[in-house]
Amino acid sequence: MKLVTVAGPPSSGKTSVILRLAEELLKDGLSLGVIKFDCLSSEDEHRYAKAAIPVKLGLAGGLCPDHFFVANIEEGVQWGRRSGFDLLICESAGLCNRCSPHIREVLAVCVVDNLSGVHTPAKIGPMLKTADVVVITKGDVVSQAEREVFAFRVKQVNPRAAVMPVNGLTGQGSLMLQRQLRNAPDTQALEGVRLRFSMPAALCSYCLGETRIGPDCQIGNIKTMDFS
Amino acid sequence: MTDRDLLHIPIALLLIRHPYAKDFFTILGLPSTARQVTVEAFFASLDQDHIDNLGLIREELGLRLEAFIAQMEKLKSGKAPTLQSITLCGGRDKDGRLENIRLELRPGDVVSVVGPTGSGKSRLLADVECLAQGDTPSGRHLLIDGQAPDESLWLGGEQRLVAQLSQNMNFVMDVSVREFLTLHADSRLVTDSEAAVAQIFSTAVLLAGEPFTLDTPVTALSGGQSRALMIADVACLSASPIVLIDEIENAGVDRRKALDLLVKQEKIVLLATHDPLLALLGQRRLVIRNGGIADIIATSDVERTLLHKLNSFDRKFSELRDRVRHGQRLNFDLDEFLAECIRPAGHPGED
Repeated sequence: MKLVTVAGPPSSGKTSVILRLAEELLKDGLSLGVIKFDCLSSEDEHRYAKAAIPVKLGLAGGLCPDHFFVANIEEGVQWGRRSGFDLLICESAGLCNRCSPHIREVLAVCVVDNLSGVHTPAKIGPMLKTADVVVITKGDVVSQAEREVFAFRVKQVNPRAAVMPVNGLTGQGSLMLQRQLRNAPDTQALEGVRLRFSMPAALCSYCLGETRIGPDCQIGNIKTMDFS
Repeated sequence: MTDRDLLHIPIALLLIRHPYAKDFFTILGLPSTARQVTVEAFFASLDQDHIDNLGLIREELGLRLEAFIAQMEKLKSGKAPTLQSITLCGGRDKDGRLENIRLELRPGDVVSVVGPTGSGKSRLLADVECLAQGDTPSGRHLLIDGQAPDESLWLGGEQRLVAQLSQNMNFVMDVSVREFLTLHADSRLVTDSEAAVAQIFSTAVLLAGEPFTLDTPVTALSGGQSRALMIADVACLSASPIVLIDEIENAGVDRRKALDLLVKQEKIVLLATHDPLLALLGQRRLVIRNGGIADIIATSDVERTLLHKLNSFDRKFSELRDRVRHGQRLNFDLDEFLAECIRPAGHPGED
């Protein structure tokens, strides 16, 4: 089974890109499933279900979505294998720009959109910087020059990635992405495999449910700003 | 220069050899005083917190710099990917009937694509854009210079074959025309970006009906001005050898001049349109029906003569548009108004 991690900022078009891609792959007789990791309740699982794609939804709720993801992905892979999928797509929303759900030896895709502005690529962390493939959406509503500048900025922060435009509404360009997926390595299990980048650290009193403000209540991994 | 050497030279020297690497160091927050230290020493001197904040790993900085320089060099050398021709080899229509065509397009060719909504125009344009290799629903193949495209160059999304212009495209950046063009020129690694900006701006003003300035915010441009700027920019600055145009409206932009400009810049132009004035500007037009290319019509002399006449009607309509725009009343004899358009045959109006 091939495993692919797809990450990107909220509303960048991850689900639409995956759905357009799935249409073509299903036509070719491939079986695929999706695991959607999100923070709060998401309607996206209905979009997958409507397209007859088996989907598992994981909501991180009060936890860091990345930590939640990494604690569940191995079981997810086993679910995918039991289900006999050829391809398992793991979609996770990059809710903070420091999110880094990509795994070594697993094809990593980052979805960003042209409307987010040309300064955005530099602001997104490992989710973009360590991806193998960067998909750029919403190119149909901006000028050619803006598309070119945006793609250039992406290549500046991630010179090694294949950068490709995909229209999430019409699927235009998804063929390029399909070609990348077909060449993705196989994954049988993730135990012992490493993340490409460390996840945002956490472990302070607030992680454990503290709600009071003040130095007396801050215990653990705390970082303070310099206001002098 | 080997990769190891890269790390052992002073940053100042590296920037002389690779001026664009400035962006790489700017992102890392290079102070101007640090330019004399070697790259390796600079990487070692960076604060761990700072590197964390950038979402980077210190040990990987050297590799990243290497990849960055390799990528930029590739973009620079591939400034204008030249090609002699693209060949569209037919596939099947929606019922599986073979198209049985082999269409060769060369720089400077203008081909219109016509057909009812839903007939498959977009499919055709998409096939060209993604360089279909028998792997799209139409089963079409595209060849570059008569051969299957080089996988590493074209199929990985490394080099964009196609630039696109359509009615739905807008500027979304909050910048002036000058800043906008400079950003684009810089991303194309143009050495004299000021000259490039001046050239594109003057071209755009020629195409636009109404003048604008370099200091106009791009989002404040009218529809015609935006289109004119986009066309001039694609013609002069985009590296893509093919331009796909999806219906450009008539108001406010000189479409013939625009096409002439693209042709002069050695672009291959594919033009999806329902407008006869635009469709007849192509040397050929592809008729799309039921998902397939049903016919290829070469624009005839009769049609060219007709186009001259139709253009004179069109100019008359623009005149009316201007009158209305300037608050005038329309009060004239229609036959008289159109008299100069309807001349006896054999005297085609000059265009």
